[in-house]
Formats: sequence, structure tokens, C-alpha cells
Amino acid sequence: MNLCNSRLSVTFVRQCSTIFTSGILQNKCRLSSCSSSSSTQRNMSSGQRGSRDSSGSSGSAGSAGTAGAGGAIPFQHPHCDRAAMYEQPVRKMRTKGGTYDYDLVVIGGGSAGLACAKEAVLNGARVACLDFVKPTPTLGTKWGVGGTCVNVGCIPKKLMHQASLLGEAVHEAAAYGWNVDDKIKPDWSKLVQSVQNHIKSVNWVTRVDLRDKKVEYINGLGSFVDAHTMLAKLKSSERTITAQNFVIAVGGRPRYPDIPGAVEHGITSDDLFSLDREPGKTLVVGAGYIGLECAGFLKGLGYEPTVMVRSIVLRGFDQQMAELVASSMEERGIPFLRKSVPLSVEKQDDGKLLVKYKNTETGEEAEELFDTVLWAIGRKGLVEDLNLSNAGVSVQKDKIPVDSQETTNVPNIYAVGDIIYGKPELTPVAVLAGRLLARRLYGGATQRMDYNDVATTVFTPLEYACVGLSEEDAVKQYGEDEVEVFHGYYKPTEFFIPQKSVRYCYLKAVAERHGDQRVYGLHYLGPVAGEVIQGFAAALKSGLTVNTLMNTVGIHPTTAEEFTRLSITKRSGLDPTPASCCS
Amino acid sequence: MSALKLMRCSSCPRLRASIGIGSVRHAASKPRHDYDLVVLGGGSAGLACAKEAADCGARVLCFDFVKPSPAGTRWGIGGTCVNVGCIPKKLMHQASLLGEAVHEAVAYGWNVNDQDLRPDWRKLVRSVQNHIKSVNWVTRVDLRDKKVEYVNSLGAFLDPHTIEYATRSGLERRQVTAEHVVVAVGGRPRYPDIPGAVELGITSDDIFSYEREPGRTLVVGAGYVGLECACFLKGLGYEPTVMVRSIVLRGFDRQMSELLAAMMAERGVPFLGTTIPRSVERQADGRLLVRYHNTATGADGSDVFDTVLWAIGRRGLVEDLHLPAAGVRTHGDKIVVDAAEATSVPHIFAVGDIVYGRPELTPVAILAGRLLARRLCVGMSEETAIELRGADNIEVLHGYYKPTEFFIPQKSVRHCYLKAVAEISGDQKILGLHYIGPVAGEVIQGFAAALKSGLTVKTLLSTVGIHPTTAEEFTRLSITKRSGRDPTPASCCS
Repeated sequence: MNLCNSRLSVTFVRQCSTIFTSGILQNKCRLSSCSSSSSTQRNMSSGQRGSRDSSGSSGSAGSAGTAGAGGAIPFQHPHCDRAAMYEQPVRKMRTKGGTYDYDLVVIGGGSAGLACAKEAVLNGARVACLDFVKPTPTLGTKWGVGGTCVNVGCIPKKLMHQASLLGEAVHEAAAYGWNVDDKIKPDWSKLVQSVQNHIKSVNWVTRVDLRDKKVEYINGLGSFVDAHTMLAKLKSSERTITAQNFVIAVGGRPRYPDIPGAVEHGITSDDLFSLDREPGKTLVVGAGYIGLECAGFLKGLGYEPTVMVRSIVLRGFDQQMAELVASSMEERGIPFLRKSVPLSVEKQDDGKLLVKYKNTETGEEAEELFDTVLWAIGRKGLVEDLNLSNAGVSVQKDKIPVDSQETTNVPNIYAVGDIIYGKPELTPVAVLAGRLLARRLYGGATQRMDYNDVATTVFTPLEYACVGLSEEDAVKQYGEDEVEVFHGYYKPTEFFIPQKSVRYCYLKAVAERHGDQRVYGLHYLGPVAGEVIQGFAAALKSGLTVNTLMNTVGIHPTTAEEFTRLSITKRSGLDPTPASCCS
Repeated sequence: MSALKLMRCSSCPRLRASIGIGSVRHAASKPRHDYDLVVLGGGSAGLACAKEAADCGARVLCFDFVKPSPAGTRWGIGGTCVNVGCIPKKLMHQASLLGEAVHEAVAYGWNVNDQDLRPDWRKLVRSVQNHIKSVNWVTRVDLRDKKVEYVNSLGAFLDPHTIEYATRSGLERRQVTAEHVVVAVGGRPRYPDIPGAVELGITSDDIFSYEREPGRTLVVGAGYVGLECACFLKGLGYEPTVMVRSIVLRGFDRQMSELLAAMMAERGVPFLGTTIPRSVERQADGRLLVRYHNTATGADGSDVFDTVLWAIGRRGLVEDLHLPAAGVRTHGDKIVVDAAEATSVPHIFAVGDIVYGRPELTPVAILAGRLLARRLCVGMSEETAIELRGADNIEVLHGYYKPTEFFIPQKSVRHCYLKAVAEISGDQKILGLHYIGPVAGEVIQGFAAALKSGLTVKTLLSTVGIHPTTAEEFTRLSITKRSGRDPTPASCCS
């Protein structure tokens, strides 16, 4: 019965999501109506907590399904109307340590929190997930469930990047002989709408998925009362929730600089993907990956970004590669203001923004007008609303330190995702860490998250992907004499006809110099970098050596095969520019 | 190219050793032969071998000669890959993807007019040919730099150490002697033995420099060459039809092959199954009437096409080599070699496409990843794994997935599928990976290195994904075929 029911729901979900991509507004209405009805139910029931065995739940779920199918509202998702799920009073769990509403409460409905919550339920735990998005200070932008990645991170960023690549593709298509007029402009509002529609459909699928997986979703801002108690601020009420375990997965939000006009006139990546006007001439402050990616797609879409760099580009990444990325962007006409910090932002009468800034080396001050100022100077962890001191959880700056099991200094409180101190802030890291944590907590598993050799990609116009150590870090760890760097420039076959610049198509392998020549790190600047590096990340984890790499048969003609053709060491001083193509 | 790697990895040490590379040659003693090494064939394999040998100090001569195709197409140095293989194919494929990209650009908000979008076939062919000619040129310069002598002629054995060839004028025949010979003449497409095949049909040797638009095209053969040609022709707006004698993509994983065929059918490429051609006739209007026969139903049929492309396989070019004069053993139109690429004559080696049925388990064969429009694999097919290890010892993890960038242009995700074939016990060593989706070659290459490094399911699943890519889907595989669970994806980012 149960199986049958859940399969039915999967079909429903799929129908929903397909149709919903084209009719988002409708769905949104329905989603909000059914969620509000269920939250009423929840509020009603939260008063009368009692005990009830779990057999009641499956019975009522079945009847709700029937009611949904035959109900008056068309396309009612069976779980949408699942009054029974919320009618069921919160059952106090009896555990070793006491009696709680839930086995686990996850704070934060982003990639880490959701993965952890769903996996915990799969392993038999009773789980609630709190999610709340504070509107941005400048434009009041807010969004739905799913966290940074889905709403204001990887997904919209990749789509905007894709849009900018497609603009390039139109020009290339003309070079390849297509009869296309390549004097083109993007329609910003159409793009934003398409991106937002996609995001909303993902929000929707996420909600449905949570229901299917029986994670109780609470749209509220949680703060600790003590190590086992949380107070959730809901839309118009408050609710006290107790749990044996808590997982903090609240993630982070962009920082603003402490200068006049920053918050009033500047925006961040939280606003950009739903901006209701064209960004126009844009100052991107910050040259981390977010800043560079935004500048990259803005340029590709025909706007005029300028990047302001305080000290170095892509801190934490291999600096040779970082400089190549910056050069490749400069070649495309994106100016970089080096060694500069903003001093103030003023809005002029014509609506334009006057930015005053200073060169920290020369001390010179200057000013320039922009349509948009985008802060990309870093992200801060959202610890402030959690009242962590009530639970005794210690913090480091705005992040939470954890041990190798993701446990904070309080044994029943864990943290995963971007909120953890000193770990890569990446969605798949968060997902895997969250999932593994849930398995350890409720599935009897022992596997820990391995934060080493995590591959990542910077989606600049010419993409940069890497896995493992940067050259600097390898030298620092093993000594210059023990590190061999193989490198080479290459020419992607498909770049020739449209005469795209191959000047920055470069890759390198950082390896052990002696012995097995184990590969420490791989770096690649070129098209579809993420797709290229992913497999090599698996190879690095499997103990890839230089010998194995060079004996791997290349797939011709791809750019990824260039890794198998690396033969020139930096030490040799030989010219790393390519000669022939296919032999 | 596999042959290139072959030279670098398995064969080279011994080849080098036997040529005397790496050991000190007695400078004073006069060499017995004109050259240390003569390479027959200036394709990927031959050139790689010639350059490597020259780098190591050997005196090398390389013969290269292209017989015009029956339709009269000829080309320069560099062999199949550069001139009539991977390179032009990739460029045509790219052209067809870019046509698709124009339509996608509209969905993403670009104000581009994608009505009546048509390619300019002549311009495309000219661009492709210009690129090829520049590669030919670079190759020539490279050979000169590397001090490899080059003769544009057809070399043939006179005896085991002597090669005879015609001079450029064709009037004179000359001979050179060599200590070692490497045969790397490669192959050319086959023609079927039916009326009109040679006179009226073309092959992949001709299509990339074809002077007129291919128009409605019958592609005969459903190997990777046939399917790739059909794919890019469709993408460029022509109407290919694929005629399949028995199965699609023989030798590849069955499930993936069928998925690929289904994907092509969905895109509007008709397949004529269990069908063989009977004859090709030119009609009064210049079009080609093809008569064919369905071997399953026995029904005969016919249809009219603008172009007929044979993609029924390739044959090795042994016939002009006078191999019996050297005593080299052949098998059909291929040359038999041992594990170190030596033929039946110890100082004569063969590399590249001319080599007969390479044992299934050499790294080259295992990793013979072929770029195929949108599908790729590395390692064993599911069938091979089951055959070698038994169904009970194999676990297949699989899943459908949805590329993020497909949503906005509402591209079909129906055939975006991947699977991992692994051992069922222990750490679950992975035997093969299969992927259908965008930029397949780029995705699979790294995994090829991983497989060679002993990738296991455990390692794969603990590899952190790069988000959002399609390659990361390999790290998210969790559903086994055995479980019978639905491999369709649910959520995106958690």
C-alpha cells in the first residue's frame, strides 16, 4: 500500500514539475494555498500533543490520497492535501536522553540541511526542517526553499553563464556558416523571468520531495533556548520545538562593506538574478569566484562590468591560474581596478551611482559613475539569529568550528554546509557532508566526510576548474624540489573556425617529483571545465599517478584529452605552446 | 588517437629498444641500411611513431600517399583523423550544435532571429577544409623540425628490408632500405557489392569536402561513423535516414546503443531496420533511387535520396604494400601483431587501424572511447562484464538526469542517462562507465584516468561533485538495476 502510494506520488510529481515549468504562477498559488492550509492544521494540532502510534499515519495518508485524486481542485498533489500528516500530533520521542518532539531538527533548508534531513528520515528518524530567508537590505529580495545554491547561487549563476555563452554561440554559428544575423541583444527581463521560473519549479519540486520523504518543513527562523530546545518564529506566531539532535545548516549571506551608501545603493548576488532592470554599467567589487563569475556573464550579456580588486584575484586558488583567468577576462574587455578599495557610493539625481575609490598602493583617489554596484567581497555565516550561546555552541568569527564528525563543541549539536569554519563552501560538499552525517546519526554508518581533493569550477567566460592542491600549496607542503609541474597550452579544435582566442587555454598537473609521481592537483582553463575536471577528481581520489595519466588513452578531439598529452615540465624550461594536433 | 598512445605506452619501449634508441650507437660504424626506421603511412599512428623515433636520434623516413576516393576526393598529410575523420567530424558536429544553440539563445532572451535558420554548406565546408589545410601545413613543418624525411608516395615492400616507391613524376622507381619498418597505413571505407554503389555513393572520405549540399541523405550502416554523420546532417537541417542491417553500434553497450538510436529517432532521424541496400540508380532528375530489402520481413522497398553515404565499415589498406614480399602475415585486410606490435617478421611492426583484432583487454581496447555525437563510454559494456564475470557478480548503477541548462530551452532530457558497471563484491571495482548527454567526451576523459587508477564504486560515490555539471551525476549514482527502483531523478541540489 505504502509503496504503491509513493510510486503514485512520484508520477504526480513528475507531471507537476513538467507542466509547472511553463505555468509557474498557477503552481505557486496552489502551493501557497495548500501549504497555508496545512500550516493551519499544524498550528491547531501543535497544542494537543499526545501519543499516537504510527499506523494511524499510513491509514490517513491513504485516505488523503483518495480525497486528493477525487477532490474538486484539479491537479491536487496527493500529499498537498495531506491533512492527516499534520493532524497527527507531534509524537514525543522517548530516547536515552529524554523525551523530545523530534529526533532531529535541521536548521536551514539549503543543500546541506535538506540532504541531511531527507537522509535522516530514510534512516528512520523523525525530522523537522526549519527554513527562513530574510529579505535583502537593499531591494528586499527573498526566495523559497532550497537555500543559496538553488535560489541565488549555482543554479541561476550557471543559467546566466549559459545565456552569455549562447550569445557567443550565435556569433560562432555565423562563422560556421549559419545564416544568422549576429547583431544581437539580450532581453534581460525575459532572461530573469526564465531563470526565476526555473528556480520556482525547483522550489516546488523541493517542497514536494520533502513531503514525500516525510520531512516536516517549518517556514520559520529558529533560535536556541537550550541545547535541546528551539524557538521558531513563524509568520505570525512562535513555536517551541524540542529535539534530541540539532543540525545547524543555516549557510551564509553576502557581506556589505562598511562605507557610506553600501547597503542603500549596492546590491549583491542575492539580488542580481532577480533584478527587475538591466544592470547596465556595473562595478563588481571583489575578485573572488562570485565577483568574477558575475562580471563574466554580465560582459557576455553585453553589459559593461568593471572588477575592483583589493589585493589578489581568486584568493585560495592557484595564483598562476587565477592571473590567467583575470587576463582572459581583460582580453574580453573587462577592466580590472587593481589594489583599489571603494570609499563611498552616492546616488545622483539621474539615478546613476557615483563610486569614490582609492588605490591602496598609490593612495590616489578616483571616482566613476555606474548603473549598478555589486558587492562580492565575501560571505558571512548566519550565526547571529541562532542565539548559539543559549545552547553553549562556540563560534569562530561568524562560523562554527566542528570536529571530523561535524560535531560542534556541544555533543548533540552538529553543523554542515557553509556555516562550518574553514571548509570549502560548495553545494556538493554540503550535500555529501549532510548525508553522511545523517547516516552516522541514524543509520549506524561510520564514514566521515573527506574534505580533501574537492574539485571546483569557476564559471568565468573561459572556465577554470581544479582539483587537489594548487602549485603554491604543493610546494609549501612538499618542498620545491619534490614537486614537478607538467603544463601546456592547447588549442581547442572548435575554436579555430570562429577564430576564438586560444591564448589562455592552459592546463597543468602538479605532481610528486620522485617515486610514483602521484598527482597532487590538476588545473584547467578552457571550455566546459567542470565537465572536464569531474572525472579527474575521481581519478585523484583513486590515486592517479603521472604515469597512469599519460598512459590513459585520449578521447580525440576533446580538450580533456590534453591532460593525457602533458609532457613538458616547468623545470625543463621548454616552451609549453602546442605544435601539432593529431600525432 | 589510440595509436599515438600505443606508441607512447605499450609498444614503444620494445620498439625503441629494438631500434637501438636509448642505447649508444657506434658512431663510427657505417649503418647497414639507409634508414633506421621507415614508416609507411603519415597518419596519427605513423607520424607519432616517426617523430618519437627521430626525437630519440633515429634516421627516419615516412611515406604518405592518399589514393583518391572513387568520387575523386584526396587530401594531404595527417591521415584519416585530420583529413576525413575526427577533426572535420568534430567541426561539423560543432556546427550542428551551434545551430541548436541559436534556438536556445532565443529561449534565454537573446533577440536573435531563428526563423528559417539554414547553414551555408559551402561556407561550412570551406571553413572546415581551411582548418584541415592549416593542420596539414603545421604537420609538414613539424616533420621538418623533427628531422623526419617525408616522401609523398606509396611505398611497397620489395623484400623485408627494402621499400620501393615511385617518384613524384611517376617515371622512376626508387628503393630505400631500412633496419626497421612500421606499417601504419590505416584503412579506408568499404563499398557494398551492389550495382551503383561505387559510381553513385559517397563515403566519409567525401562528405567533409562535398561540393553540394547533401540534402536528403541515406546513411547506410549504423556503426559510429554512420550515426555521427546522420547526427550532424540532421543538426544542419538535412534529412538523413539510417539503414541498419542488424544492430546499432555493434560492440558497444546494448542499452546505451538502443537509447542513442531512440534519441536520434526522437529528433527525427528515421531508421530502416534489418534492411540491406540492393541497388542505386540515378534518375533523370539527378536524384538517386535506392532499392532495398528488409531481411526480416522479406519486403522490398525503394526511396529517392539526394545522397547515399556508405558507412558499412572500413578495410585495411594492405593490398598495395606487397606484404608477401616481406613475409608479413595478414588476416583478411589487417595485419597480425603480437603484444609489442611486432608482425610475423620481427623487425616489421604495425600500428593504428591496420592492426588486426587487438586483444580485448589491452588498455587501448578497454579505453577505446569514441566520441560519438552525444554518447560515450569507457571500459566494459554491461554485456561484456556479464559475459566475463557472470550476472551474479555484476552490479549496475544507473540513473536518468536533467542537465540544468536544458530547462530553459526545454530540451528533451528523456535520453540523458548514465550507468556504471561494477563488481558486486568488495570495494566494487568499476569495470565500465557509460554516459549519454552533452559534451560526453569531455566528461568521460577524466573517468578514463580514474578507471586506470582503479576506481571503485566506494571512491566514486565519495568523490565530491562539481555543481552544477552533468559530470557530477556519476558521483550521485545510487540506484542499482537489481533493486528495480525508478532511476528517474527527483531533486536537484540536495
